[in-house]
Amino acid sequence: MNITRKQFLGLAGASILVAVSGKQVLAELEGERQDGKPRPRKQYAMIVDTRKCSTLPDCTKCIDACNSSHNVPVIPNPEHEIKWIWKEEVANVFEAQQIPYLETTLKERATIVLCNHCDNPPCVRVCPTGATWKREEDGIVMMDWHRCIGCRYCMAACPYGSRSFNWIDPRTELKVLNPAFPTRTKGVVEKCVFCYERLALGQGPACAEVCPAKALIFGDLNDPQSEVRKMLGSGLTLRRRPSLGTGPNIYYIL
Amino acid sequence: MFMLEKAVTGSRKYWTWISALLLVILVAFYYYMRQFDYGLGLTGMGRNISWGLYIGQFTFMVGVAASAVMVVLPYYLHDHKEFHRMTILGELLAVASVVVCMLFIFVDIGQPMRILNVLLYPQFHSVMFWDMASLSGYLLLNIIITLAALHAEQKGLPVARWVRYVILLSIPWAVSIHTVTAFLYAGLPGRPFWLTAIMAPRFLASAFASGPALLILLCMLVRRLTGYDVGRKAIDALAVIITYAMAMNVFFLSLEIFTAYYSRIPDLTEDFNNLYLGIGPHSTLLPWGRASIVLMVISLGMLLLPRLRRNHVTLVVACVVTYLALWIDKGICLVVGGFMPSPFGFVSRYVPTFPEVMITVGVYAIGILMVTVLYKVTLAVKAADPTQFAYVPEDKHKATPAVGTLAATEVK
Repeated sequence: MNITRKQFLGLAGASILVAVSGKQVLAELEGERQDGKPRPRKQYAMIVDTRKCSTLPDCTKCIDACNSSHNVPVIPNPEHEIKWIWKEEVANVFEAQQIPYLETTLKERATIVLCNHCDNPPCVRVCPTGATWKREEDGIVMMDWHRCIGCRYCMAACPYGSRSFNWIDPRTELKVLNPAFPTRTKGVVEKCVFCYERLALGQGPACAEVCPAKALIFGDLNDPQSEVRKMLGSGLTLRRRPSLGTGPNIYYIL
Repeated sequence: MFMLEKAVTGSRKYWTWISALLLVILVAFYYYMRQFDYGLGLTGMGRNISWGLYIGQFTFMVGVAASAVMVVLPYYLHDHKEFHRMTILGELLAVASVVVCMLFIFVDIGQPMRILNVLLYPQFHSVMFWDMASLSGYLLLNIIITLAALHAEQKGLPVARWVRYVILLSIPWAVSIHTVTAFLYAGLPGRPFWLTAIMAPRFLASAFASGPALLILLCMLVRRLTGYDVGRKAIDALAVIITYAMAMNVFFLSLEIFTAYYSRIPDLTEDFNNLYLGIGPHSTLLPWGRASIVLMVISLGMLLLPRLRRNHVTLVVACVVTYLALWIDKGICLVVGGFMPSPFGFVSRYVPTFPEVMITVGVYAIGILMVTVLYKVTLAVKAADPTQFAYVPEDKHKATPAVGTLAATEVK
């Protein structure tokens, strides 16, 4: 087979191009990062100790702190509610772990739910605009409220019901405004962002900070010395629907 | 070039119809502006049932659009000459259906002014990106095909050679649009009702029954209104296709039901209980689920009996029943049912509001307006050549090759 140098170089160039773009497409489909980094440098996580939380059944301090620091309005219509962190009954949160003989008081014990900041978030996979993404440096599932088109595909994809859509204008429902954090417009989806704005200032999430029972423990899973890692290593904890493979990063002590 | 001048001359009846449609569209537009102003809170959707009537209609109409392949494939690939007079009507129905699909997505968007973000920041890992790409491509293909076919017909020539390749491409493309639409649902981890590999085949089966059923009804309407007859054999052949597709759809549905109830996995059984047996006090879907089952049984029964299928009066009834059964199944139960129960185990109530219904009706009115105008132009082109317009029964058909079939042009 005769081949000139020019043809050879052209062919080689084209093959490299095909190989590289093919690899990128595959990496994209598998949700891998292209720079070859295996994991985020940090992976923030939270442990909810429901035993401590339930000692104060009427407490809503974490919810209030979150709402006021993030301009989350309180909307009376339950179908239009915006919720970043809220309470649900244990039996509804852990359907698979239901024990029929569990006493009603324990079944109805409230626990805290919020975005799970999954390792492998389905909401990020389905978003058609990249308005939600997993941040490389700390594993937070972030949101860009200026890019979101409000298609609500992420709400269908989230197995935890963690996402809220602004069915109506949220600004008219806000009683007090925190000028340090953006408000949202109607027609976009929002959720817990693990207080990225406070983390940037070296503070912890607002909910964990105000909890009087110290029931919310926040930390970095990639740091073996962190409190969360020690707790997860020394006792049994549960995650919501782990069999789905989403890798939720909120752990529960029941 | 688009021959739209043929759409602006018409009888009094034609203009009354056009005006009525425009009026409905105008009223719907008013409600859309209210939704635009107030937000999607104007609809019956909420945090638990976050997709409703709009996305249901979108999903159903993708099927109607894809079903054009049921006339295109036999006609162009197998030279099934009976479909000669019907094919372009099917392709034009696909054009209107794709536009309707896109409008249903548009009215469901919370921030419609930002819709171009899908193109500005394309996300190749999102099925929605691929759905948009496949739908736009399918629309483009069908516009090219129908325009080329009409121009060829105007000149009394077979369609150009290159158009045949576009037509060939449109066949797998039609399958792709409904497959990708099924993937929108079938790839979500937390919704067991949708998480099934049979979603795409079942979508295609129900589409290939509902779309052609609508096409038969339209062809009969066209014959009554204009005298343009697609031919008895075409209708009968399409009715057989509907019968096979409906049988497959019922078969696929029963496979789903077997898997759920024999495995007795609560995640699976709950979803079918919700549709057909009722769970909790808010089972708004129960009457719809049951109605679709009853209508499917009636439809399949009527289609399977040759005497009823070949009688065009009972065939019309069978087509209406088929269409209704699948519209309820896919346009209402499939999407809303997927959100029940919620991730916390609740069954929420979803009832579309009046503005939501009006916007839905308005989008359909735009589709009907498109079908009216496109059919009007096509029939005007055909009427210019009386040999094209008048129906010649197949047995008396001379050896003239059907315009534009692959086989006919291959011979030369």
